[in-house]
Amino acid sequence: MEKTIAQKTISVNEEGYLTNFSEWNKEIAEALAIENSITLTPRHWQVIDYIQSEFKKEAPLSIRKIGKSGVIDIKEFYALFPAGPLKTATKIAGVPKPASCI
Amino acid sequence: MKRLIILGAGTAGTMMANHLHHKLNKKDWTIYIIDEKEEHHYQPGYLFLPFSIYKPSDIIKSIKDFIPSSVNLIKGKIDRIVAKDNYVQMVEGNKYLYDILIIATGSRIAPEETQGMNGKLWHKSIFDFYTFEGALALRNKLLNWEGGHLVIHITEMPIKCPVAPLEFAFLADAYFKNRKRRDKVNITYVTPLSGAFTKPKSTKALDYLLKEKNIALVTDFAIAEINNDNKTIIDYSGKEIAFDLLVTIPTNKGDDLMERSGLGDELNYVPTHKETLQSKDFANVFVIGDATNIPASKAGSVAHFEAEILTENIMHFINKEALSASFDGHANCFIETGNGKALLIDFNYTHEPVDGLFPFPGIGPLPLLKESKMNHWGKLAFRWIYWNVLLKGIAIPFVGTKMKTAGKNFN
Repeated sequence: MEKTIAQKTISVNEEGYLTNFSEWNKEIAEALAIENSITLTPRHWQVIDYIQSEFKKEAPLSIRKIGKSGVIDIKEFYALFPAGPLKTATKIAGVPKPASCI
Repeated sequence: MKRLIILGAGTAGTMMANHLHHKLNKKDWTIYIIDEKEEHHYQPGYLFLPFSIYKPSDIIKSIKDFIPSSVNLIKGKIDRIVAKDNYVQMVEGNKYLYDILIIATGSRIAPEETQGMNGKLWHKSIFDFYTFEGALALRNKLLNWEGGHLVIHITEMPIKCPVAPLEFAFLADAYFKNRKRRDKVNITYVTPLSGAFTKPKSTKALDYLLKEKNIALVTDFAIAEINNDNKTIIDYSGKEIAFDLLVTIPTNKGDDLMERSGLGDELNYVPTHKETLQSKDFANVFVIGDATNIPASKAGSVAHFEAEILTENIMHFINKEALSASFDGHANCFIETGNGKALLIDFNYTHEPVDGLFPFPGIGPLPLLKESKMNHWGKLAFRWIYWNVLLKGIAIPFVGTKMKTAGKNFN
């Protein structure tokens, strides 16, 4: 389905995750963050950069992995992206949420 | 004489030995396969062992019975791989030089990664079923367990056979119902993901299963530690869940050998090209099965499809041709739902599991993403297929290496 956000039309799935990463930009991220009651700070951006670089490497993400990334510890990750930090952070970063095979 | 060495005589390594001994010219090539164990376990059987559906003798055979006699089987512990100098260093001191190396060392559970997991309650009130020892200890526990809070828990992804924890929950429901003890047992399924099902079509088709079986669900639970005194699992946000019996899937890791050899990522999986199965760092090193870091499921069916692709690419490599065989991420798995029924899923890197009929479009007879008795018989028959067809590197009739889209409903 399509969604108009930050003056741009993007493709998203039923849960609002971008289905085409190339449509992502920083303005879209800012707007998605506001939808999730988050105002992005430089610390948020460091996490988003890390998540996107792992996505490009096709490496699976987990909370523990983020904690070991050297970018941020897990406590701060929860503080920056409250309530399900990984699914919120991936949505803002424009990448799919971590999933299983079914 | 040139040498091809396979590390690991599990599902993937055994299949490669069987494929390659037919393909490689015996005048030019000697094949070695190295493993420290003597037993080959049918790992899908670990799911059935706790519920006394299978007994140990159903799932254990000897490695050597499945290795062709022209292949040299070496029992020993590997110290490290020295890939830049093309040799494998054994703990006992001897070295094996290779021209081509195939890494098939699999993955293992790493309970030590979570604080409190393998403490005083390990294999007493906290169990895994991804090892023979864990599954057997759990069987003995379940036989006499009086009931309480059964928590089935995934630590983090990726794990081997990502559907096995769900199957365990469904089979546990059936096990206690059949023994008239279901009213004494609360079952809770705890996942770090956003749901028991995470793909849109599977969620829509299968969400009813948990409700039907009265299994409570806790999502987005990233475990920080286990408190052995209070018997609780605690996540990073401070959420706590009490258990009387915890069945956990610990963090999964590749073999520690990769860390010693400097060949693995942070979970000891080997960076691998997802289409060719060639290592990203060394052209004469190939990786197959659970040992890779490719974004495919860690499952025997995946290893089976990979083995056909890798055999082709090894022949291309020997003939100095481009590695043109390409793995599409194909997986094909039966999922037990209890009471003699099962689901079947078929998917790859780009296509999520959908409903339809398999393997013949419009005919079946196996329905995809739907419970049926036929699928359950398929799952049970699979054990025979594993020992007699799959490990020998024989293609399964009508099931191609590449996933087919015909007969499936993508919309």
